[in-house]
Amino acid sequence: MYTVYMKYNFVFSQTDTRPMYQQIMEQITQRIAVGDWPPGTPLPSIRELAIETKVSIITIKRAYLELEREGVIATQQGKGSWVSESLDLNLLQREELIQHLQQVGKLAKSLAIAEDELLQMIKKYI
Amino acid sequence: MSMPLAIECEGVTKHYPHFQLQDVNLSFEQGTVMGLVGPNGAGKSTILRIIMGLIGPDSGRVKVLGHSMPKDQLAAKRNIGFVAEDMRLYESENIAFHMDFIKSIFDSWDDEYAKNLLRRFDLNRNQKVKGLSHGQRVKATLLLALARRPNLLVFDEPTTGLDPAVRKEVLDEMMGSLQDETHSVLFSSHNTLDVEQISDYITFIYGGRIIESRNKEDFMDGWRRLRLTNLSNSLLPNLANIKDVQQSGRLCTLTVNNYEESILEKFASAGLQINNIERLTLEEIFLANVQSAKANSNKETLA
Repeated sequence: MYTVYMKYNFVFSQTDTRPMYQQIMEQITQRIAVGDWPPGTPLPSIRELAIETKVSIITIKRAYLELEREGVIATQQGKGSWVSESLDLNLLQREELIQHLQQVGKLAKSLAIAEDELLQMIKKYI
Repeated sequence: MSMPLAIECEGVTKHYPHFQLQDVNLSFEQGTVMGLVGPNGAGKSTILRIIMGLIGPDSGRVKVLGHSMPKDQLAAKRNIGFVAEDMRLYESENIAFHMDFIKSIFDSWDDEYAKNLLRRFDLNRNQKVKGLSHGQRVKATLLLALARRPNLLVFDEPTTGLDPAVRKEVLDEMMGSLQDETHSVLFSSHNTLDVEQISDYITFIYGGRIIESRNKEDFMDGWRRLRLTNLSNSLLPNLANIKDVQQSGRLCTLTVNNYEESILEKFASAGLQINNIERLTLEEIFLANVQSAKANSNKETLA
């Protein structure tokens, strides 16, 4: 099975202050997390995605490298990249949650909120 | 996995009575985009003109797509599309005339692509050049360069004076020209957003010298803004990577280049509390670079 994606429709926000490679990673993991790109799905080539998103090749390359390091995608020289066959969706979603928690931790620190108080605040939403 | 180089400049110098280009080393491989940034009068256009063989350097070596410049410029130029702001078109002729003209010189001209570009750029082939707006003029010269499908596109300030919609069209086509590993783009711009978005490599030029030239990810990763609290009025550690210091009472904001996490310890052990570490946009890096280059050249003149 080989699916050709003509349009990936990645949408970026100019008010998002994260580096672009992280925004690309997010767009890809979201497509995987919601099931649009199941394990084994071939990813667009780096050049193809760069041309479509108008984002530099080196940035797309970095996003792919980081995703590969996280085990989200697999890459083989000459064959391109695809969504990792052994990918645990649950784990991916957990990782997203962890990222949110890291943000919470940072924000709490800058607002000088104590650990106990923060835990109480989180409990409210469970 | 090393690709052949699109451009190779080694020790290029050029002296003018009021300006000099000094020891310019610049290279990047084929299949990528290089963006030149720097303030007005930094030497961006001079470098592009030397690369195009329009000006001969006083010393140094220039190779474009493997051809020595300016010696082999005839051979090189078959594969280069050059667009500069002062590009002259025949005012009393229409766009179609120019398309036919370029087509008659370059056998690589792609009719289908040219038609496509006319439509995408919303240009009328029968319109005379003298009636074109600035944006239409830029798009027309871009079309004439792109439809030849050259291996190397060289643009001097392609997006200056364009509205956001036209700017996006121009960037889209610049990226679209990179269809394979043999197509490369070199461009200069004041628009740091454009450079940040599409460049694989960034070269920062100031006062006729290259201040930094490296791949964009490393370039952007190297710079950080640190926000510190200096409760006991400690002295800042004396580090070469601190490019700017703004202090107000106990709050201190530093701009740092060649950032590594290990420098945080040096601040901590000097009794400074780190509140935040922020990345910089290319615009902020641009300003920090200019400021620090200015400070350095002032130091030199004083010494």
